[in-house]
Order: sequence, then C-alpha cells, then structure tokens
Amino acid sequence: MAEPRREVWITGIGIVSSLGEGAEAHWQKLNEGKPSADTQTFAPCVVHPIVPIDFDKQIPKKGDQRQMEPWQRIGTYAAGLALENAGVKGNAELLGRMDMIVAAGGGERDVNVDSAVLSGLPKSDNPDKFLNERLMSDLRPTLFLAQLSNLLAGNISIVHGVTGSSRTFMGEESAGFDAVRIALARIQSGQSDIALVGGAHNGERKDLLMLYSSGGYLLTGDYKPVWERTPQGGFALASMGAFLVLESREHAQKRSASPIARLAAVVAERAKRAPGDVTAALDTMWGKLSAQGSIKAGQAAVISGATGAEPATAEERAFLAKHADLPVRATGTHIGHGLEPQFSMNIALAAIAAKHGKLFAPADGSGFEKAMTGPLRQAVVTGVGHWRGEGLALVEAVN
Amino acid sequence: MASLRDKSGRPVVVVTGMGMVTSLGIGKTDNWKSLTAGKSGIRTITRFPTDSLKTTVAGAVDFPETAAPSSPARSERFAEIAIEEAIAESKLARGNFPGPLFLAVAPIEVEWPEREALAKASGANGSVNYDDLIRAAASGRFREFHERFVFGSVGHHLADKFGTQGSPISLSTACASGASAIQLGLEAIRRGETDAALCVATDSSVNPESLIRFSLLSALSTSNEPASEASKPFAKNRDGFVMAEGAGALVLESYDAAKARGARILGVIEGCGELADSFHRTRSSPDGKPIVGCIRNALADAGLSPEDIDYINAHGTGTPENDKMEGMCATTVIGERIKHVPISSNKSMIGHTLSAAGALEAIITMLTLEHQRIPPTINYKVPDPAIPLDVVPNVARDAKVTHALSNSFGFGGQNVSLIMARGPA
Repeated sequence: MAEPRREVWITGIGIVSSLGEGAEAHWQKLNEGKPSADTQTFAPCVVHPIVPIDFDKQIPKKGDQRQMEPWQRIGTYAAGLALENAGVKGNAELLGRMDMIVAAGGGERDVNVDSAVLSGLPKSDNPDKFLNERLMSDLRPTLFLAQLSNLLAGNISIVHGVTGSSRTFMGEESAGFDAVRIALARIQSGQSDIALVGGAHNGERKDLLMLYSSGGYLLTGDYKPVWERTPQGGFALASMGAFLVLESREHAQKRSASPIARLAAVVAERAKRAPGDVTAALDTMWGKLSAQGSIKAGQAAVISGATGAEPATAEERAFLAKHADLPVRATGTHIGHGLEPQFSMNIALAAIAAKHGKLFAPADGSGFEKAMTGPLRQAVVTGVGHWRGEGLALVEAVN
Repeated sequence: MASLRDKSGRPVVVVTGMGMVTSLGIGKTDNWKSLTAGKSGIRTITRFPTDSLKTTVAGAVDFPETAAPSSPARSERFAEIAIEEAIAESKLARGNFPGPLFLAVAPIEVEWPEREALAKASGANGSVNYDDLIRAAASGRFREFHERFVFGSVGHHLADKFGTQGSPISLSTACASGASAIQLGLEAIRRGETDAALCVATDSSVNPESLIRFSLLSALSTSNEPASEASKPFAKNRDGFVMAEGAGALVLESYDAAKARGARILGVIEGCGELADSFHRTRSSPDGKPIVGCIRNALADAGLSPEDIDYINAHGTGTPENDKMEGMCATTVIGERIKHVPISSNKSMIGHTLSAAGALEAIITMLTLEHQRIPPTINYKVPDPAIPLDVVPNVARDAKVTHALSNSFGFGGQNVSLIMARGPA
C-alpha cells in the first residue's frame, strides 16, 4: 500500500486572462461580474481575449520573446508570476530541483502562409511540388519551435530556470486535470517537494476556431453566461495562462512560505460519453474526493469548469443538482474556455476565494448560481472536457 | 509472499510484455532479427512526392496493415499493433487492462488534405482565407475532423480499445517522449497507485510539412543516396538524423503483481533520471551538465554507480552536435572505463522515431539484455577521432550485459535516462 500522503499547499499563483493579471485583479473582476467577451473580432465566434501584457516584466530578453508564439509568451509570463508569487523566482538551487508539468496544446499556424498555399494549390499544375516549394520557402524555420507542445516548458526552463523536471501533457482539458493530478501525487508521495504546474492557451486563433467549429462546439452570435446557453450550447474560446506552485507543507514551512490554500485531492476519469456517462463519472469522482476530505455543506462551494458545450454541460448540471446545498459558479462565464489551462486557472480562482473566505457573486440569469452568505472553507473544482475527460479537485482554506 | 522492494524501499517494477513496429518490420522477432543483422529500414520516401525537398529518405512505416489516412490515424494504428503484441506476451486479459495508459504521441494538428477539403467546400473563388475555412467547418459536414485532430484522440481511442483504467495521459517531451511514458508508469507503480501500467509511444510524422520543418532547422541528413546509409551516428561524416516512424509498447507491473499471477518477467526498469536543460531551445548546454546530471540522476534512482553500467543504448541521432555531446557526457559519467563500455545507436538502422524513440529503444535494450547480444551502429565507416568510443561498429556482438543505460534527449532541453536489467526470475 501507499505511504501516508503528505499535505500539499498552493504557495504560488500566476494567472492572466481576459479579466486581468494576478490574483487580486481576478478577484475584483469576478465580484464585479463583468465578463469581457469579444463578439466582433472573430464573429460569429465569441472569444475572450487576453488583456494587454507587458511581457518584459517576466521575459526580459526580447530575443526570447521573439522565439515564442503568443501561447508560449502568455504561459512563460504566467509561470513567472507564479514563481514570483511563491517567492522562489531566481532561487537557482530550488528551481534546479523543481518539478514542472505543463498542460499544452500546440502553437498556431501561420495563417497567411496557409491561405496563400490554399489559394495557389487549385491553380497549380503540380500541386504536390507547389506545396513542398511554398512550405520550404515560406515557413519561418523557428515557427516549428513556437508550435511544438513541449516548448512552453522549454521556454520556462530557459527564461525562469526551472529544470528539475520537464513534462508536457497534451489532450485538451484532460491534460489540465492530469498535470495537476500527477504533480500532486508526486508531492504527496514524497517523489517531489515542489512543482510548477499549469498551462497556457491563445484562443484568438482562427486555426483553432476552425477545428472546434468542425465539431460544432463553439458559442456563436451573442455572448451568454454558461448556464444560459442551452439548448444548443457552445464554449467561448479564451486566451489565458495559469500556473500554480504546489509544495509539501514541510517544504513550505522550512522556507517560511505561507499557503494560499491546501490542494487536498485531484481525481480524473475517462467517461466514454454515452448519455449519462459524464454524470456517472462525476458521481464516482465525488465519492473519491469525499473519501479524501469530508465536503461540508454550508462552508463549501463548486467552482465549475463547465464549458457551455453540450451535452457535457447539461450532464454536469444534473450532477450538481444532486449537491444543491453547494452554491455553484461557472468561471467560463467570466473568462471563457481555455482548454488545457482551464483547470489550473479554476484551482487558482478557488484558492483565491478560499483565501478570502468567501465566494464571489453569482453571474447567471437562469438562477442556477445561488448566493452564498456563509464563510467559504472548501471549493470543489470541476472540469468536464467539451469532448472527453472529467476531473475534480478539492481546494481548502488553511487554518 | 514477501514483497520485493528496491534499494530505496519501493516496489520493484518489471516488464512483462513488449511490442514494436518500426520500418524494419512488425513485431519483436522480425525486428530483432533485422537489428542484429545490421539491416537498415531507411528508404526513399514513396508516401508523397518529394520534389524540391533536400531530404528524400525516411524510416516510414508503410506495411499493408499500418495504412491509414493521416498522421494521427497512422500513429494510432502503429500503437494498436504494438499494444496487441505487448498484452499478448504479458498474458493479461485483452480489453480490460488493469492499469492506466501513458502515451507518448506527436503533437497533432489538422493536415493539408483536411484544409484543402475545407477550402474546396467553402466555395471561395481565387483567394481562400481562414474565414472561409471556418465557415465551411461550421457547416456540420466535417464533424469527424474534430475528433481526429484533437490532441487527446489517439490516447482516448487506445484507452477505449484496450480498456485501460482512469484518465489516459498523452504526453510530449519531444524526442524523449517514449522514455517519459515509461517514467510515468514506473512512478505510478512505485507510488502504489497501480500494479500495472501500459506505457506506449508512437509516431507517424513522415509527411511533407513535418519533414520540411525539421529540414528548415538543418536537423536532417541529406545523404539521400543510398538511403540505407543516410543515418550514420557517431561517424565523422554524420550529417543529421533521419526521420522515422514506429511504435513501442511495454507492460509494466510491480514484481509482486507479476509473480502473483505467474507472469514471465522480461526485465526490470531499475531507475529513471531526468534533468532539463535551460541553455537553448535546440542545443545542449556546452558544458554538458544537464545530460551528465540526467544520467547521474538515473544511476542514483537505480541505486547504482557508474561502474555497474556495461552497455549504453545511445540517443545517437547522427546529428553532429548530439553525438559529440552524448559521447562527452557518457565519458564524464563513466570515466576511463568508457573505452570498454559499448555504446550503440539503434537509430543507425531504424532512424529517429521521434516521440516513439525512447520506448522503442528501451525495448531494444531489453532484448539486448535478454539475448546478451548488442545490435550494431551501422554505417560507421569513418570514425570520428573526437568520439573515441566503442560504438559496436557495423556488426552485432555477443556481450555480457547486466545493467544497461538508455538515453533520450529532445528539443526544449528534455533529457531522460533509463536503466534496465535482466529480471529476477
């Protein structure tokens, strides 16, 4: 059997989204309940764009910035914020043994090159040769590195010096659940003392809008809060970066670091997505979470990662209805859906709420999100992938 | 029965099933025969026209049973074949694997045939742009594109087919991915989370754009004639790696669980080390410290010292820089004795299978331990005085191998080293 698990604290948060940068800016905007969705730029698709960022503050070398595409810049920036927040930035000894797990998709394509090739192919006498020649001459050599999934982690190693380990998980929302799950398990079991975990996403990308449009998953037309998107549903693609510093309690105390919150448990599942499967998977995971930390009504809330895409969101809602004594907040209403980093972001937002000891206000005209008056001690974070993957986390206030 | 623990008190992790697909063939038996005969799987590319390309050779996997319409579909097919073989050998139940899946897989993206289909369907005349593609995509006529080209598709399909437990992890640490998949399985069993793990790595990146991307980084060999001599690790005339495809699958189990069900133990994963390099996106730190540290971490994890290593399965890509750095770092770790420690590169025969390399080479290392015979580094005609190592030139060799080291290094500063041994009976 496994050894007794060590307690794990969240000691650093680095987040940036359409709401702003850092814990306090997010807390303030969540309470104001004013999402910043863009319905025009990528119409008919609704997108949550990233706020303007002064990248120089976390990525001092312009040369480094030039080597990255936006998703890598956002992520490297957010990782720097998290390291700074945890008080470990620049601590070479510690960063040299720090774990890193990044949840990542891939970098964007050069849409101008693609468009020129697609326009030229039908007119070409030899389309295969034409494709080869155009790609050989038009692709920037370094674009590949800005597209490779593991190069966000690579850039974090280069810019911030995190080198103890470097692992990149892929697979949309699942990558986010599993990154945090494995980072937590490694610390709980003593395989590691401290980890940087999270991801980044650039949602202002037409190549991704094309992919998710093909599956019929996107919110189009007017912006609506997550719970008001039925029956057709849809998620609003978002840009965001979210990193957490996770640390064993002993390690944090030894360096006099204070906790933002405790990460008590993370579980993930693979429902095959027949009707009812998602609700059943969430039920199973709820049982596992409850076994690791008693969830007490009156002091607990749900930070939902519901994307708005159907039927996943309706199935999550059916699960949440069984726990009606826990007030719910869907962060997708505020910050949209960023796939891989969404779970880390929602754990960060849950930790911030737990630290404040209260939940932010409802932002939902359907009445599903209820006010919470009592103090907040626990938050269950949900994640239900738009296509596959289910995850839950339990975040608790410390003291 | 007393539980078998390693020197650090952790469960001993063994291999009870392996399967492989490379350009040399399907299955361990055929591959081992070719590898020990010094055969090359590198051929002139026929999958697509190579007009105007500098590199026209690859270790593409093009057998009738591996054919599929896209890179993710092919990599899924390769993985299925490798997993079938591994699970059959392990004698575990098919379709209900008693542990999680860790899958090393190349990053996935929509490919040119799909973009062309959308462009055509958009009805745009003259110039086509992404607004046209999005409009066509939203028509509902291309729903299958989504499932095929999300990053999680290969992993979820394999998890469904083989009935693995829990959330399947798809991962990429570039050219170290296959070793990382084994590392994740090793760690999960050591944590006591599971008694078994299915560790798989697959790659099918031989398509025009992927080839061009590596070509633009000047990473590929351009020695196109004859194709079989393009990959020449450690030779002075080495001029880059050769892209290749394949899949490897390993069934990992705790020794206790394997013994309890009477499984045949093929070998032990004794240790794994990792250390990232913060020097550059594609180049190793010139002082070699991250690679040296990575190998030392693996030794420490295995509870071994450098004197215990008697064979190194090299990353050995055949790029001028990699082989020089790897030789230098191996020498730093092993010391004077390196002259008597054979170090060979499977990539001389099967090419660089990218995401799959770490797992395929771990399997070949296991076979090396099992047969006590080292596959050669072929195409070694011009020794490089800067790398004065015993690279097992051109011809396989019998040898006593007890503890073997397998290295994997990748873009983005990824370094992973595995240490393997023959199994306790």
